Amino acid sequence: MAEYYLQTENMAVGYDRKTLIHDICIRIKKGEIVTLIGPNGSGKSTILKSITRQLKLIGGKVILDADDLHGYSYRKLSTKMAVVLTERMKPEMMTCHDIVATGRYPYTGKLGILSREDEKKVEEALAAVHALELGNRDFRAISDGQRQRVLLARAICQEPDIIILDEPTSFLDIRHKLELLSILRNMAKEKQITVVMSLHEIDLAQKISDKIICVKGEIISYCGEPEKIFQGDIIRDLYQIDKGYFDPCFGSIELPKPEGDPEVFVLSACGSGIPVFRKLQKENKPFAAGILYKNDIDYQVARVLASEVVTEEPFREIGDRALERARTLMRQAKVVINAGVTIGACNQRMEVLLAEAEEMKHYVVYK
Amino acid sequence: MKNQNITAAQNDFHKANLKRNIRYMIVFLVFAAAFVWITVWNINSGNVDISMKEILRIIFFREGEEMNYNIIWKIRLPRILMAAILGGALSLSGFLLQTFFENPIAGPFVLGISSGAKMVVALAMIYFIEKYHVVSSYTLIIAAFVGSMISLGFILLFSRRISHMATLLVGGIMIGYICSAITDFIVNFAEDSDIVNLHGWSQGSFSGMSWSNVQVSVIVIGITFVLTFLLSKPIGAFQLGEAYAQSMGVNIRFFRVTILVLSSILSATVTAFAGPISFVGIAVPFLVKKALNTAKPLVVIPATFLGGAVFCMFCDLIARLAFAPTELNISTVTSIFGAPIVIFMMLKKKGR
Repeated sequence: MAEYYLQTENMAVGYDRKTLIHDICIRIKKGEIVTLIGPNGSGKSTILKSITRQLKLIGGKVILDADDLHGYSYRKLSTKMAVVLTERMKPEMMTCHDIVATGRYPYTGKLGILSREDEKKVEEALAAVHALELGNRDFRAISDGQRQRVLLARAICQEPDIIILDEPTSFLDIRHKLELLSILRNMAKEKQITVVMSLHEIDLAQKISDKIICVKGEIISYCGEPEKIFQGDIIRDLYQIDKGYFDPCFGSIELPKPEGDPEVFVLSACGSGIPVFRKLQKENKPFAAGILYKNDIDYQVARVLASEVVTEEPFREIGDRALERARTLMRQAKVVINAGVTIGACNQRMEVLLAEAEEMKHYVVYK
Repeated sequence: MKNQNITAAQNDFHKANLKRNIRYMIVFLVFAAAFVWITVWNINSGNVDISMKEILRIIFFREGEEMNYNIIWKIRLPRILMAAILGGALSLSGFLLQTFFENPIAGPFVLGISSGAKMVVALAMIYFIEKYHVVSSYTLIIAAFVGSMISLGFILLFSRRISHMATLLVGGIMIGYICSAITDFIVNFAEDSDIVNLHGWSQGSFSGMSWSNVQVSVIVIGITFVLTFLLSKPIGAFQLGEAYAQSMGVNIRFFRVTILVLSSILSATVTAFAGPISFVGIAVPFLVKKALNTAKPLVVIPATFLGGAVFCMFCDLIARLAFAPTELNISTVTSIFGAPIVIFMMLKKKGR
């Protein structure tokens, strides 16, 4: 067996002989989960459609299981590859069971009548996506989340080695997103089924994928393990985020910080400041925060939202410089908010700051 | 635990499956009973009264009064059979077009395919009668097929640009009008003796059918029906959409062409013999699917054929008897029953 299950060599894809993305070289091992991410319209679907042969290649080659993809007959390909597409279909009068059963197509006889064995496979597929109870319901009458699971069951039922999914999580709420992705992960790891999909939720992509491919118009800008992709500015570059902030470590996003000189000074520690920071940001009031240790959870949010953060290195006593800067900012502020400060052995000098704050006119204790 | 769940679900499913199969059986039985009943009624009624006893004697022992014998064997029986065969063919053609366009109100009549066939058949009739004084059934079928393909070609051009189904239908209706206008134009310039033939035919009618007509249509439609039935599996896959069908191993390009050719042969045969007949192609598949509560081609294809046969025989009966001795056009009757159904379908579609 070849080292890679699916491999593209200088693949160029696009519509009507016009190239959209070129020089695509992807290498995917068996049982890997690979996710395509990128802004809307960057060509994720185009790549997926080219791999599933819905679109003709403009250049290059796709190699599936050591053979040229375009040398496969449709029939043979259907026993290796299954798809879950974005198009919303409205099949007439079909139960979910019927839909899933279509996955058995490559294995049934001339008239497509299901055998006992096929029936069992259908049930197993429905069970794998926790949709047994949906079997006899009309496909048009179920929710988006259920529909997506049924379509996944259909793909599983086809017993492929590789499943291609185009944005399987759109239209789903967070619970169903997680459910769907965990089913995919089980499938990939237990049955060694290769999964290639596109996702909009980069935070989820980071957590589920073995490999991530960043599609940015014309080219693949990055390709590799999520640990490498979710570092520094790769994601910001990919999506060209200039407003707001994306944290590659936690996968969290924040709206842009309020502009201007700080009007408020927030005293906090150990997470007490976060609700205050968010509230100030919503009211669009620029603020400063301090004195925070760099490993304090408040710091992670404050550095993104505050105009200025007074910091100290972890586990040290608060130094003169930090104290002086905090004092200055506090005096300049129109309001000083105490969000709750825990005081321990190192940060005893916070008491000095607090005492000074209590003397001030616009001192507020936030509860 | 998991296995238990599966077994329970399987039992559930088998119960549902059994229910479904019983339903299919009942529908087929009802259709078959209706078929027999309407056939008997049809033979039994007309401008000349013939007693039931004599009819049975004429059919099974081939003996009886000569005039009655001729009425039964030369007029009524071929007509009934043609109504059945052509009605089935028309409904099946509608079902195929609906599958192809993924649109429940597609059909050979509304898409202008029947009118295209009518136009070329009219041309062929005039040309061949003038030159050879006869036209063979096969010539007419081929002419109708060519005409169907011309209309279909335009529809396909439209459907590339317009994906909205209502607009596509407007396109089809326009094509229908253009073809009808050209046909009228041709008929105007045809010689008198031809016009008599053409006029009745271009309005749609099952009258004047001969046994040779029956023979030809049994052969052509029989073969097409069997081929269509054998395509049940890919048609079922196609109902999920083109992309899914392809991923299941269907050669889409080949399949699309096959479906169009089959549906055109069916509707062309109908038009060649009986002229354009409206709404049967839409109304019957819809009613049949509702009755069966499924769209599975394996059952819907034979049921649609049978249902179409019953529907057209019934409509022909009304056309003959309602204002006897004057006969109505078959389209007049099919429209009265079919058009409200189509309106109902469109209203329901909007609500969704």
